[in-house]
Amino acid sequence: MPEEENKKEIKSNEKLIAGMPEEELIASGHRACAGCGSVLAVRHAIKAAGKNTIVVAATGCMEVVTSPYPQTAWKVPWIHSLFENAAAVASGIATALKKQGSDTNVLVLVGDGGTFDIGLQALSGAVERNHDFCYVCYDNEAYMNTGIQRSGATPQHAATTTSPAGKLIHGKVEWKKNMPFIIAGHSENVYVATANIAFPIDFYKKVKKGIEHKGPAYIQVYTPCVPGWKIPSNITIELAKLAYKSKTTPLYEIENGVLKFTQKPENPIPVDRYLLLQGRFKHLNKIEIAEIQKHIDDTWNKLLRLEETEVRI
Amino acid sequence: MSPKKQEKLPMDIGAVIKEPGSSIKNKTGSWRSLRPEVNRDQCIKCGICWQFCPDMSIKMDKKDGTAVIDYDYCKGCGICAMQCPVKCIKMVKEEK
Ligand SMILES: Cc1ncc(C[n+]2csc(CCOP(=O)(O)OP(=O)(O)O)c2C)c(N)n1
Ligand code: SF4
Ligand code: SF4
Repeated sequence: MPEEENKKEIKSNEKLIAGMPEEELIASGHRACAGCGSVLAVRHAIKAAGKNTIVVAATGCMEVVTSPYPQTAWKVPWIHSLFENAAAVASGIATALKKQGSDTNVLVLVGDGGTFDIGLQALSGAVERNHDFCYVCYDNEAYMNTGIQRSGATPQHAATTTSPAGKLIHGKVEWKKNMPFIIAGHSENVYVATANIAFPIDFYKKVKKGIEHKGPAYIQVYTPCVPGWKIPSNITIELAKLAYKSKTTPLYEIENGVLKFTQKPENPIPVDRYLLLQGRFKHLNKIEIAEIQKHIDDTWNKLLRLEETEVRI
Repeated sequence: MSPKKQEKLPMDIGAVIKEPGSSIKNKTGSWRSLRPEVNRDQCIKCGICWQFCPDMSIKMDKKDGTAVIDYDYCKGCGICAMQCPVKCIKMVKEEK
């Protein structure tokens, strides 16, 4: 689309639909799989950040599918450098903008592999230095773009190509890292939130808050992946709702070190209703399901206690 | 790719892409095997399908406010049909 036309289109659409601006800041024609949860999160995140934003992307599905040279799906400035350094690039951009007295936002979009593992060092440094940026980790719970390898975000017992369900191991051996707490542990200046793509308004509001927050913000959004989780493309949102109802994806914010739930399921369901819809968990036996349930209940109770006591993390 | 072919690619320094939103040249509607069809008489204009479409391929009609599918880009994932609160979107087999 010629630049002038694009600008015109952006100006003429100020309407809200279902509580969100109608205006799209990424375009159709991107190459994400049909039913991809992550690209939906990207769509909502950039809606929340708005057009006065520079997006920084690490290598991963959302970078690859939105930027097949010489095309781009982006309607705002967007930069990709490497897999491991998105937060370092964002630090540089945020510092330059500050020096210029600019009010342009910095939104970082990275997968769980790029966040929990390979980009953790850069992210840790950027949070420690207190740069003003909003980092969104779209968590599809594995390295999807290279064909489903386990990451620090893959939950225990999930089968991936590097943690297969075989005779020696039955899916991933380790538990998922508690990344929001790792980030919250850096400083009380960081705004931390968890989100789930089944609740787009909640996610939208958290990204807006993260953008407005002076200093670093970390938002982790749970996004199902069709080929990676071995699910039909039409159940992305239904599955995400079951994840919420089974307490698998607690929704909370951590502000000034204090944790507060943003919503809680009224009648929680047993976790097998969530797990067994997915091919990556189809090998699970009863003992493993019980183990996962216990882990979820323990985590949930810990979060409840933190909320009740308002103990600083 | 041979060095010769690489030379032919007109790439700016830093592989800068100057045309925002140019992915619209890529008509992903050809990926589809199931096609969503909206019964616009039953549509309650809530925008929930619009909100959950990963491909921005639903527009709310400017005149009557009902959902309209953009078949140029719709990949046929079926999320809209699954999420419609009044079930007025049906997935039908795409035929040549
Ligand atoms: C240093 C480096 N190592 C490995 C790769 C190969 N690589 C490209 S994308 C990717 C997976 C990204 O995973 P994640 O961050 O979880 O994002 P997703 O693909 O799931 O969206 C890998 C391993 C790379 N580009 N750079
Ligand atoms: S592999 Fe998963 S994350 Fe990547 S585009 Fe497909 S659905 Fe989205
Ligand atoms: S089937 Fe999927 S891609 Fe097509 S309009 Fe519905 S939600 Fe969008």
